[in-house]
Amino acid sequence: MLTYITRRLATGLLMLVALSMLVFILLRLAPGDPISAYINPNVAMSQAEMDALRARLGLDQPLPIQYLAWLRAAASGDLGFSIQRNGVKVLPLVLERIGPTVLLMVAGLAIAIVVGIAAGIVTAVQRNSATDIGFSIAAFFGISSPAFLTAILGLYLFSVVLRWSPSGGMLTPGAPFSIGDLLAHLVLPACLLSIGHAALIMRYMRASLLEVLNQDYVRTARAKGVKEFWVIMKHAVRNALLPVVTLIGSTIGIAVGGAIFIESVFNWPGMGLLLINAVDTRDYPVIMGATLIIGACVIVVNLLTDIAYAAIDPRIQVA
Amino acid sequence: MHTAPVLDISSLRTVFRIGGRQVAAVQDLDLTIAPGETLALVGESGSGKSVTSLSIMGLLPRKVGQVTEGSILFRGKSGQVQDLTRLDDEGLRRIRGNDIAMVFQEPMTSLNPVYTIGEQIAEPMRIHLGCSHRKAAAAAIKLLEDVGIPDPERRAGQYPHELSGGMRQRATIAMALSCDPVLLIADEPTTALDVTIQAQILDLLQKLQDERGMGILFVTHNLGVVAEIADRVAVMYAGRIVETGTVADVFTHPRHPYTVGLMRSVPRLGEATELRRRGIPLPTIAGSVPSLVHLPTGCSFAPRCPLAIDACRAGVPPLYETGNGRKSRCIRWQEV
Ligand SMILES: Nc1ncnc2c1ncn2[C@@H]1O[C@H](COP(=O)(O)OP(=O)(O)OP(=O)(O)O)[C@@H](O)[C@H]1O
Ligand SMILES: [Mg+2]
Repeated sequence: MLTYITRRLATGLLMLVALSMLVFILLRLAPGDPISAYINPNVAMSQAEMDALRARLGLDQPLPIQYLAWLRAAASGDLGFSIQRNGVKVLPLVLERIGPTVLLMVAGLAIAIVVGIAAGIVTAVQRNSATDIGFSIAAFFGISSPAFLTAILGLYLFSVVLRWSPSGGMLTPGAPFSIGDLLAHLVLPACLLSIGHAALIMRYMRASLLEVLNQDYVRTARAKGVKEFWVIMKHAVRNALLPVVTLIGSTIGIAVGGAIFIESVFNWPGMGLLLINAVDTRDYPVIMGATLIIGACVIVVNLLTDIAYAAIDPRIQVA
Repeated sequence: MHTAPVLDISSLRTVFRIGGRQVAAVQDLDLTIAPGETLALVGESGSGKSVTSLSIMGLLPRKVGQVTEGSILFRGKSGQVQDLTRLDDEGLRRIRGNDIAMVFQEPMTSLNPVYTIGEQIAEPMRIHLGCSHRKAAAAAIKLLEDVGIPDPERRAGQYPHELSGGMRQRATIAMALSCDPVLLIADEPTTALDVTIQAQILDLLQKLQDERGMGILFVTHNLGVVAEIADRVAVMYAGRIVETGTVADVFTHPRHPYTVGLMRSVPRLGEATELRRRGIPLPTIAGSVPSLVHLPTGCSFAPRCPLAIDACRAGVPPLYETGNGRKSRCIRWQEV
């Protein structure tokens, strides 16, 4: 088990390096001169001054050299300085944003998992009933409406029209910290974030459970006199969960994308907001740092789902 | 045997709703099983053997399959006789796994892959006998030992995929016997196993029956197995029983042309190779099983029967008493 985790973490590290390389190249391929981000357009600058600045920042070096320099620094925990925020270090800036993002994503994911699995079970057990059809139509809309649309509509409906929820931020400014205040701010964005995922999980769970309910061992359970409730919950659901766990693991990336939208719509002080601001202002070091940390989170979550899978299915030998 | 039967089915009719119309998968079915007796139910694929066992268990697919006529009188462990066709879901559930247990064909798929063998054997004892977890777990190990699984403590903690097919079938038998049922329904329990394992499982079932005295309904299409294990045999064709009697009687003097055909199509040892060497095809019954939707009028077997005459097509023949407690659904049984 330990060797397995170590090996997975090592491959994860390699993937991170590849990711950083990709982002680095993409950023340099983007039109425009990176140096422009450093220049105050209101102050005139001579060509000689520009060249000097370029040399100081290392931007006159060939691309591979620039990347290796960044990588060497990153390996020692130095992600450079934010261009936009006048020399604030990137690492603490990014780390400070992890908490809110993880909170939002974990809350959204937890809602999606609980709602999705519960709805999947209900619809599979009551197949072709009105409940089933209702949920299926809802899931269709849940999956097909884009995150930015649900985010904006949700914000408008629940904050502006119904006033059930604050319209943004993580805490009421100026008020003393309280869990209740945090939750009040969290519920709406987390629910909106969970919609697409919940719908997807529901559909997978329904299909998977329907298949499992036809299996011989379910008939065996009934033949043993197990109560119908436990036939479903004990004998069928655990088997039906297996493909759903895989699905959850492999769609974490999508949830990250959704979280970025939600954060910018709800002004949630997380990585997504940071990243969008950084892209807006061409704050390259921050973009690199933020993608790196987000990538690391996705890799760790994937590892966790694989471990969960092994815990549910005794046939999987983790070694 | 003159003890009161554990199971007494009369005029059972089970229908399926297929595409808006009702199709009888089992009809006019009578059978009884005495305590300690093994009745073999034989017949070609689709003749209604499994539907009969599922009707007894109350495990017909909901909304699709349903018993519409007849009664299934069952004498439970308490000695009380109940008609299973009149029990509600909860009443049937209390009987399943407790008074009547079932062993299925596929040991590979009939155990739940995510629970240990021990847990699955212990479950019925916790449900029906109110055993504590610890007591049921200990009893499960004892049962594994009874069904001849070596190193039962270790096996109890293993998952189904860690056991061989024969071992798993022993485990499902242990599971079925956990509450000491008075009736065991075994639906082709050895079909999926290879021949040596098959013989071991049959021996095991017989040994357990001698020790515990339960009645067995043994579903199979293998006449060799019938000869090995059963006291009496009931031959099914297209949802009806066409012949019943003791194994010895039916095998030596079949009284129905279908039984004769079935027995001809089982070559004796060495005969198959001999026939193949001489280039003669193995004997089979000409024609195929009729679709339940388009059953011929009169005797269902008439279209394939070498003895069929016009009278056979006139109406469904009753079961004729042919002596010594035997019955045949053939108007020409004396000439068979
Ligand atoms: N779930 C079902 N839905 C509709 N019809 C069914 C269903 N199950 C069985 N039947 C019908 O009942 C008939 C008898 O099926 P059954 O399974 O009892 O055959 P069997 O004698 O057990 O055959 P086998 O040797 O293949 O197991 C089938 O021909 C089929 O038409
Ligand atoms: Mg069958």
